[in-house]
Amino acid sequence: MPKKRYSAFALLREAARYHSGWARAWASPQPKPRYDVVIVGAGGHGLATAYYLGKNHGITNVAVIEKGWLGGGNTGRNTTIIRSNYLQDPSAAIYEKARALYETLSQELNMNVMFSPRGVIMLAQTEHELRGYRRTAHANALQGVSTEFIGPERVKELVPIISLDGPRYPVLGGLWQARGGTARHDAVAWGYARACSAMGMDIIQNCEVTGIRARGGQVAGVDTTRGAIDCGRLGLVVAGHSGVLAGMAGFRLPIESVALQALVSEPIKPCMDVVVMANTVHGYMSQSDKGEMVIGGGADGYNSYTQRGSFHHVEETVRALIETFPIISRLKMLRQWGGIVDMTGDRSPIISKTPLGGCFINCGWGTGGFKAIPGSGWAMAEMMAKGEPGPLAAAFGLERFREGRFIDESVAAGVAH
Amino acid sequence: MLLLTCPCCGAEADETELQPGGAAHLTRVGPGAPDEAFESYLFHRENPRGVHIERWRHAHGCGKWFHAARCTRTLEVFGTYPAQITAPPQPIRDAIAAKHPGWAWKEGK
Repeated sequence: MPKKRYSAFALLREAARYHSGWARAWASPQPKPRYDVVIVGAGGHGLATAYYLGKNHGITNVAVIEKGWLGGGNTGRNTTIIRSNYLQDPSAAIYEKARALYETLSQELNMNVMFSPRGVIMLAQTEHELRGYRRTAHANALQGVSTEFIGPERVKELVPIISLDGPRYPVLGGLWQARGGTARHDAVAWGYARACSAMGMDIIQNCEVTGIRARGGQVAGVDTTRGAIDCGRLGLVVAGHSGVLAGMAGFRLPIESVALQALVSEPIKPCMDVVVMANTVHGYMSQSDKGEMVIGGGADGYNSYTQRGSFHHVEETVRALIETFPIISRLKMLRQWGGIVDMTGDRSPIISKTPLGGCFINCGWGTGGFKAIPGSGWAMAEMMAKGEPGPLAAAFGLERFREGRFIDESVAAGVAH
Repeated sequence: MLLLTCPCCGAEADETELQPGGAAHLTRVGPGAPDEAFESYLFHRENPRGVHIERWRHAHGCGKWFHAARCTRTLEVFGTYPAQITAPPQPIRDAIAAKHPGWAWKEGK
C-alpha cells in the first residue's frame, strides 16, 4: 500500500479540500495462505519486529496477526515512560538502544510519536535506595548511559511541587536521566503499523491464533479464526498471553501473568515537566500533554488475566503520592485501568529461540515493555532473520533459567517502570 | 476485591489480609536432580488463563498457609483447603468441573 507522506504541506493541502484526501494509514487485507514470517501480536513489540525485519533485513513477506485490534493490549495500557537507567549491562544495552531509536522515531516513521525527552527522576527515599542509585549511576557511566545522581536541592529545583520532607520517606536524592521521557504510546504502534503496511506487509486484526502446526520439530504454520496460515518462521510477541501460545507450541515458560494498574487524574494546568518515580512507596507520576496526571501503581501479587487490578493498590499508590506531592491531594481521578503483565523469574525479558525450530519468542517484559519497543523489535528482527540471537538479545535467552545466568534487575521487581 | 475463607481459622479474609504464595502442588526436587528438573521446579509454571490452584498465607490472621482454587480470568473462587493436603479434594474438583467442564486435575506438575 503506497504511503502518502504526512507533512505541514499535506496538512495545508487537506485543509484546503475539507480533509477529503487522507488515505487509510494501513491496509486491512485478507490473510494469504503463506508468508515467510508470521508474527503473532500486533502490539508495539510485534509491529517493531516486523518493521525492522523489513528495514534492516529486507524480509517483507510478513504477516502480523492480532486477536483484537492493533495496539490494543499493553501498548495502549501503559504509562508511556521511556528510560534506560538499568543496573545490569544487558538491560542497559537494549533499553538504551530503544531510547536512542525513540529520539528519531518520528522522523523515521513519518508519524509524530510525540517523544518528549523531558527527563526521568527516580527518587531515593531510603538509605538503601540512595546507595543503590549511586551504584546504578556509576554502572550507567561505564555503560555509556548518561545519568547522574542528584541531591534533594536539585530534585526540588526540577520538581517544584515535591515535598522533600515526607512523613514516612523524605527525599534523599534521585537518579536523574535527563534524556528519558515519555512518548505517545498509540502513535508508536500506529507509526510502525503504517510503515509496515507501506513495505507490503499484512497486518491482520481480529484474527486469533487457535493452534500452532509443526512438522518434524519445525514450525509449519498457525491455525487462526480466519483460517490456516503457513509460515517459514514464527515470532510469538504476545506479552501476557505468552503462556497460552507457548502451550500450543508445546513448551513451557518461566512466566506468570499478573494485573498491573494505572490511573489518570482530571486535567490540570502544567505543574510538573519531568517524570517522577518513587519506587519505595510504589508510585510514579508524570503529566500528559492534556494536563492529566498519569499515575502508575502496583501489581497484584497473584496470577490474573482480568485486566483490572485490586482496589487496595490504587489506595496505596495514591496515599504514597499524596505524601510526596501534597498538591494533588484534592485531585479527582478520571479513570483507572489494568493490563496483564508477563513476569519472568528474574524480572527481565525473554528474547529467545524456542524448543520448536523456526519459532521465536519475545515476552516477559513485565511492567516495563513500552520503553523497550524499538530496541526489542530490533533485537527480535535480527534473531528471526539470522536464526541466532545477536548481541542485544544474546543474554535474554530462555536457557538462562536452566543455567542460572539471571539478569537480576531489582529495579524491575514488579512495580514502577 | 478477592475474598478467601481461611480453612484453618474459618475467617473470611480479603486480599489485604492475605499473602499470595504462587502455584501449589509443585513437585519439589532435591540435591542430585538434573538442571532441567530444577529449572522446571523453580521457574516453569502453568500460568493458566482459567483454573489455578495456588498457595496463600493468612498473613494478618492466623498466619497459616492454605490452598485455594481460583479462576484467573474471572477471579471466581472454587474453594479453599488446608496446606497439608497434596491435591485438590473431590468437592473442590466437582465445583471446578461444574464451571469448567473440560478441566481435569493433572498429577505431578
